[in-house]
Amino acid sequence: MRRALERISLIDVFMWIVGGSIIGIVLVGSVATIRSGQYSIRHWSDFLIFGVAQGSVYALIALGYTLVYGILRMINFAHGEVFMSGAYTAFFVADALSKSGFLGQNPLLGLLAVFAVSMATSVTVAVILERVAYRPLRRAPRLVPLITAIGASFFLQYTFRGFYGSGFKSYPEVPVLQGSWVWGGIVSIQRIQVLVIVAAGLLMLALYTYVQRTRAGKAMRAVSEDKDVAALMGINVDAVIVQTFIIGAALAGAAGVLYALMFRQVHFFMGFFPGIKAFTAAVLGGIGNIPGAMLGGLFLGIFESVGPILFLDGLGVPAPYQLKDAIAFTMLVLILIFRPTGILGERLARAKA
Amino acid sequence: MKADKYRFTVPDAMRLGLISGAGAVLVSLVGMVKVFNERGIIAGVVSLGQIMILLILLIAGYIAARRATGGSRWAGLLQGGLAGLAAGACLAALVLLGSVINLRAMFVSASPELYKILTFDQGVVTGAGILLVVSAAVGVAGALLRQLPSRPRRTVIVASVWMLTLGLLQELLRLTLGGDAIRVFRWMFGTGGQKGLSIVGAVLVFAVVAVVHYQWTARNVNPRAWTRSLPPDRQRAVRWGSLALVALILFSLPNILGVYLSEVANAIGLFVLLGLGLNIVVGFAGLLDLGYVAFFAIGAYVMGVATTTAVGTGSGLIVYSPGFNFWQALPLAVLASVLAGVILGIPVLKMRGDYLAIVTLGFGEIIRILAISDFLKPYIGGSQGIVGVGVGQIGSFAFDEPQSLYYLVLAGCLLAAFVSTRLKDSRIGRAWMAMREDEDVAQAIGIDLVKTKLLAFATGAAFSGLSGAIFASKLGSIYPHSFSLLISINALSLIIVGGMGSIPGVIIGALALAGLPELLREFAEFRLLVYGAALMAMMLLRPEGLWPEETRRRELHDAAEGGESEPASEAAVGTN
Repeated sequence: MRRALERISLIDVFMWIVGGSIIGIVLVGSVATIRSGQYSIRHWSDFLIFGVAQGSVYALIALGYTLVYGILRMINFAHGEVFMSGAYTAFFVADALSKSGFLGQNPLLGLLAVFAVSMATSVTVAVILERVAYRPLRRAPRLVPLITAIGASFFLQYTFRGFYGSGFKSYPEVPVLQGSWVWGGIVSIQRIQVLVIVAAGLLMLALYTYVQRTRAGKAMRAVSEDKDVAALMGINVDAVIVQTFIIGAALAGAAGVLYALMFRQVHFFMGFFPGIKAFTAAVLGGIGNIPGAMLGGLFLGIFESVGPILFLDGLGVPAPYQLKDAIAFTMLVLILIFRPTGILGERLARAKA
Repeated sequence: MKADKYRFTVPDAMRLGLISGAGAVLVSLVGMVKVFNERGIIAGVVSLGQIMILLILLIAGYIAARRATGGSRWAGLLQGGLAGLAAGACLAALVLLGSVINLRAMFVSASPELYKILTFDQGVVTGAGILLVVSAAVGVAGALLRQLPSRPRRTVIVASVWMLTLGLLQELLRLTLGGDAIRVFRWMFGTGGQKGLSIVGAVLVFAVVAVVHYQWTARNVNPRAWTRSLPPDRQRAVRWGSLALVALILFSLPNILGVYLSEVANAIGLFVLLGLGLNIVVGFAGLLDLGYVAFFAIGAYVMGVATTTAVGTGSGLIVYSPGFNFWQALPLAVLASVLAGVILGIPVLKMRGDYLAIVTLGFGEIIRILAISDFLKPYIGGSQGIVGVGVGQIGSFAFDEPQSLYYLVLAGCLLAAFVSTRLKDSRIGRAWMAMREDEDVAQAIGIDLVKTKLLAFATGAAFSGLSGAIFASKLGSIYPHSFSLLISINALSLIIVGGMGSIPGVIIGALALAGLPELLREFAEFRLLVYGAALMAMMLLRPEGLWPEETRRRELHDAAEGGESEPASEAAVGTN
């Protein structure tokens, strides 16, 4: 027993040294970057706003992970592909509307149509996924649904590659969303970023109200507490689970269009990394926790856009932006090691990691 | 809820038909039908693309007839026909829709070529009519197949599979047989540029296999039971004899196969090696590692950096290499991978299941991003990689071409298989399996989780590093793009398909998943689509894999049976 304790503490020491040295590198790098004075306030505010916009998209996707995890205790590995399917399919609508000039004349209606198609596609994909791949495995050992989800992820990616081709497709420009606003020469914000942040904020508010204030939301919370007891209370558990998938997918579909409008490009592989980043965001905020996912998304977005320059540039690392994904993953690892319950904590006090 | 009390009705058959129809439409729109149409199975009669569609319809009919038990024979046939008809209607709808509006603006595969295949090149309206008739007929055929007694049914299926396989592999057969042998078998294959078997060839293959199989099953020979019935010394002789035969075959394989197929064998061998390593981590110890490619990359990079001759400051090459030879670098590569396995294993010691999967995936990506980045470019080459990697040599025998490299790969695989087999039933192997079943209980009975987990990671990493080192030497150059997540997914797929924890399963899985895309080039485009589908299908239908490990199979089936009674036992605990 004592020997075991000693060995575990040795490992803990190792972990603390690793964590400590990473924090040390981050601090030294930040100080060096700021001291060098290479970047002005204007740069930092640009990074920050870009981070918030990207973080809002992550947050929307992260909500899908968190909702499903809260209810099924499983990571819907294919959620990134749900996001991709919507954005990719809506491309064809956006392209047609843009070519006919409708998107220029009537941007609000046009964009709403694009959003509607994207969300509808994502919802369809998610509902089929749940019905075919996840529902039969609800009582299977934990690894089984996870492997199914990984399989589903690749299946969907390459199905859409087969459908729409393997090339990049560039999203049309929306004239209204071009240009940016500048305040006092310091803060400059692109219109598209405003749209992304506002739309994401509204959607999250709507979700929060739905879950907290409506009857259906209450049923959802009940199922996430205890499926069997919820069933005894007369809640149709299957229906609630499908509903959760629908809500998560609708948010992912909306996020897909926002992402595509921001980066102006869609591709069959586009869902994979945002999916993993969003999962990181969900874990960061505390998985199963709705406000946590929002917070985690924003935090990750900012971290990813400010981090590479702030931490690594001062250390003389060439082309630090190449390492932004590595930074995001390192952060995921660090959180899981040092605070597996996330910033706000897992809503259900059941530590999984 | 059992199927025998349940009356299968007309709407059910229609629904089944529509679901399979959706599947057939999916396969068509994804582009499989068109691409696979290039490969004839019976020359000029039917192609792989058409077979895919027909197979979906056949299965629909088969399932419809199976569910329609209890009714009369005719009812079953009717249901099968209906299901086939409904599925065909979906395809016909696709064709009609495609002729009215241009689906191709969205779906790249919805081309006139696809419609031609689906309508048997008979124009839209006539073609759609023929399609419906054929679909119904195939549905009925599926139902008929179901209604055959089980022995002839199996014979028909086995003979069809043989015919299909020979048709698929005809190019390969021609290539391998070559010369005089091919002249003898010329009647069997399509003539001129046509691919696939000739009609005579197909009929003959079907007939011969059917007769042989029917006779064989009639005698009910079971080789294992037959061996057991022998006296012990004869048993030993049989065992050693078959072992010697296998060894002989394995040893002379490159000469039989030729250069191209040896190359394929090497690719499969490297995946066997990867699979055996991942099998220890995932299959034995139950730790789902998605960053397994990291160790493969580390093995390859250590081999590359240590042996490359292309070194130079200022010329865009890496700045330093100790200039070892292959044999000095090989243990170094394996050792580095083991070390990486332990170092990356420590942070994830306390994680389980899905968290472990995501974090290891993150590790794999971090390694790949670092390899690509300019940050480490002077040392490991960045996106331009490393060229001039050393080649293994024993005396004057160099492992520098597929047919000689084969022996190196074979040696690696045999070593890994031997180590895996010995570890499996050893104390540490049993500790891994206990940990896989239940970590908490394993700890409670005195298994040191830290040591056990790290050993699993380290052993798995060693095989992966070995595979990576041979891979680097095989290609002669290393590019970071070779080390994407897809390698991990590939390795995972093959152990899942083969059967988690089962060593022969890994080999079967590697043959199927790494060998098939090499042999059927058209397949390569849909490789990951099929892997994804295979992962899902295996988990849904046969979670224990094609060649299951005994404990694993029992565990999964008990879990499925135990699932029903779980709430009851929980309730019982609650009242105490």
